[in-house]
Amino acid sequence: MAVENQGTALDAVNSHSTRTLLRTVILFLIAGAAIASRLFSVIRFESIIHEFDPWFNFRATKYLVANGFYKFWDWFDDRTWHPLGRVTGGTLYPGLMVTSGVIYHALKALTVPVDIRNICVLLAPAFSGLTAFASYLLTNEMTTSPSAGLLAAVFMGIAPGYISRSVAGSYDNEAIAIFLLVFTFYLWIKALKLGSMLWGAVCALFYGYMVSSWGGYAFITCLLPMHALVLICMGRYSTRLYVSYTTWYALGTLASMQIPFVGFLPVKTSEHMPALGIFGFLQFIGFIQYVRSAISGKQFQTFLATLVIATFGIGLTGLVALTSLGYIAPWGGRFYSLWDTSYAKIHIPIIASVSEHQPTAWPAFFFDLSMLIWLFPAGVYMCFNDLKDEHVFIVVYALFGSYFAGVMVRLMLTLTPVVCVAAAIAASQILDSYLSVETPTEAEAEKSAEAAAKKPGKAGSLRGSEKPVIGVFSNVSKLSVVSAMTIYLLMFVTHCTWVTSNAYSSPSVVLASRMPDGSQHIIDDYREAYQWLRQNTKEDAKIMSWWDYGYQIGGMADRPTLVDNNTWNNTHIATVGKAMSSREEVSYPIMRQHEVDYVLVVFGGLLGYSGDDINKFLWMVRIAEGIWPDEVKERNFFTERGEYRVDEGATETMKNSLMYKLSYYNFHTMFPPGQAADRVRNVRLPSQGPVLNTLEEAFTSENWIIRVYKVKDLDNVGRDHAAVAAFERGQKKKKAAKKAGPRALRVD
Amino acid sequence: TSWDVVFQNIYTHYLKETTQRTKLIDVFLAFLVVVGALQFAYCVLAGNYPFNAFLSGFSATVGQFVLAISLRIQTATTDKNEFPSVSPERAFADFIVCSLILHFFCINFIN
Repeated sequence: MAVENQGTALDAVNSHSTRTLLRTVILFLIAGAAIASRLFSVIRFESIIHEFDPWFNFRATKYLVANGFYKFWDWFDDRTWHPLGRVTGGTLYPGLMVTSGVIYHALKALTVPVDIRNICVLLAPAFSGLTAFASYLLTNEMTTSPSAGLLAAVFMGIAPGYISRSVAGSYDNEAIAIFLLVFTFYLWIKALKLGSMLWGAVCALFYGYMVSSWGGYAFITCLLPMHALVLICMGRYSTRLYVSYTTWYALGTLASMQIPFVGFLPVKTSEHMPALGIFGFLQFIGFIQYVRSAISGKQFQTFLATLVIATFGIGLTGLVALTSLGYIAPWGGRFYSLWDTSYAKIHIPIIASVSEHQPTAWPAFFFDLSMLIWLFPAGVYMCFNDLKDEHVFIVVYALFGSYFAGVMVRLMLTLTPVVCVAAAIAASQILDSYLSVETPTEAEAEKSAEAAAKKPGKAGSLRGSEKPVIGVFSNVSKLSVVSAMTIYLLMFVTHCTWVTSNAYSSPSVVLASRMPDGSQHIIDDYREAYQWLRQNTKEDAKIMSWWDYGYQIGGMADRPTLVDNNTWNNTHIATVGKAMSSREEVSYPIMRQHEVDYVLVVFGGLLGYSGDDINKFLWMVRIAEGIWPDEVKERNFFTERGEYRVDEGATETMKNSLMYKLSYYNFHTMFPPGQAADRVRNVRLPSQGPVLNTLEEAFTSENWIIRVYKVKDLDNVGRDHAAVAAFERGQKKKKAAKKAGPRALRVD
Repeated sequence: TSWDVVFQNIYTHYLKETTQRTKLIDVFLAFLVVVGALQFAYCVLAGNYPFNAFLSGFSATVGQFVLAISLRIQTATTDKNEFPSVSPERAFADFIVCSLILHFFCINFIN
């Protein structure tokens, strides 16, 4: 009696509407968790933009909000890349800025005026909630299990691999791009399943949005045709594939060409050729398929097979020929270095110099994905088990995503969605089998086993999967597996929170350290120096620094720079590299020619801040050597024994280079005589500091992290600066110089 | 000789099996192919100077072609089981929406 009552009560609770309510509540909680776990840096420090690239996005967004959309579209920025300038409207992905601009105006229309900075800071957390929802939708397309989608949403919401690029304040393209990536994939799967033009068109629209926001859209343009090709090769061509793919390609390519930065690339570069090739191939296959339905005859089918292969071959050779003739641009350096992993290091040092472009180490996978990394292969295996069209997609995505994440740290980001989906499929399968309350009886088991034996087994299926699924008999095994899984899931949450809190939530603008009593000490030299530049220099004073700081100078100090993080002109960067790595007599004319007013260097020797310019110096030398191999030589910066030293044993070239002088100028005066020490390189410096003739110290921040120097004007009397400085120090001219030297005649 | 037979068979099959409405779509398809071929020939002969104009004109025909084929596939009676959720009316509405999007992009791109 009691049991019966309970059963009806459970049934009442287990209704459709309760499930929907639960789902909604869970999804909102997931979105809340995703947003809350990204706010560590805002709560601990303040609501500011982090890193380097986001400063440019922030500046562009401010320009958009202040001047309107059309001015933003035609924006020529004359405050970067002096004297070249940058056609900003045509060289950026406008999706991010336009998105936050729209949000800004929408909130304003709702009479909730929010500062644009706060919108930019909190955009990534807001979109991470949407990403979790998108992965919920995508996973629900893959499996019938009711829990898989929710698990995927949880994983995606808090996985550190995605959090690392989307904490509050990280106002980068990836902030919205990952949502668009996952959502585009969802729409693609939906279009493919239904064979509907409308879903294909919506997929194309979101693909266009993705193109407008991130350069990683190339991943989609290559993955979808790859999926289509694999389906064709498996003999799974269907009219649904034709409809969805051609609709997506026709509309999506046109949509992508509307972005000025992309322009004609979809028809002119190799990255986009797979999509075009499959588009053509699908037309052909569709036609063949029609012909085959029209006529019969077995010898004709083999005839067709040869025709298909021949066409594919001709298309491929045509592509190769067009590429080698130069009609289609070959792979860009950044993409090419994904295939030939040593290419960038040898040919393009500026790509290799970025720390995100290094191969990934094993611990990084465990660090960023925790337990998902071992559930991931299991989930991919389960996709193989019931291999429908959409499962092929997960398999292809997993394969390519893993490879790309293996060769470049940064691409862990594109792997994370598929890891979350596959891991959720595996985890939900485990939970579904072991959480079932009903224990099967012996009779039921035998009945279903007989039924399965009668049914002719699928020829291709694995032997293990031929046996029917009955259920788990023992309650002990149910309990142990479920509790183990629960513990793992809880540990996953703690791991994610710990990683986010400790590794990914530090703004690089302010450096935090701990005092002995545990209180926090903030080192704010960057903003101190940028603020000084903003308030104490002319409006158009040009600042020369290494390209890393270009965006921050433009964003915080609001002064024109020579080079910045958008490394579109390698020669200009090499010019700055040459100026930094040469003698003053060489650098001064370069700085005069480029109208440099101030030089900014980052120096961590006093504080032990390792990301300073002396540690980056060899990259400057290398990049300069790529352009002027006769004037800058990397070998000269090493000692006889091949050591890179800054102390007494440093080479003459090193000691006379502008960067060395700017970094260590007056540094020895901080210490008792002979005690000057560099805490990054851990060496004792020479007691006599370098001498500067052509520049003068303008500003040094509190902890000596940022040093700003003013470039001196030409001497009034026309002497060179070394002579002036020697004169002012009171050094007499050498007697020998009085002698009639080999002076040239005056030429009028 | 076998090719002649094949083409003869296809032709008779086409005349016999195709409905009036589908034939109408096929006429439109043929028209699009002719327009596209003319544009391409003109581009080859006269050069591709306003490349965006050529691209938008040409991709308008290509896009409209594949959309019309999709409509043809979805409305032809033989493929009912492939598209359980798409009725002919729904297919036509989809076709209109997609064509509108396509033409918006083309007109925007041609400047």
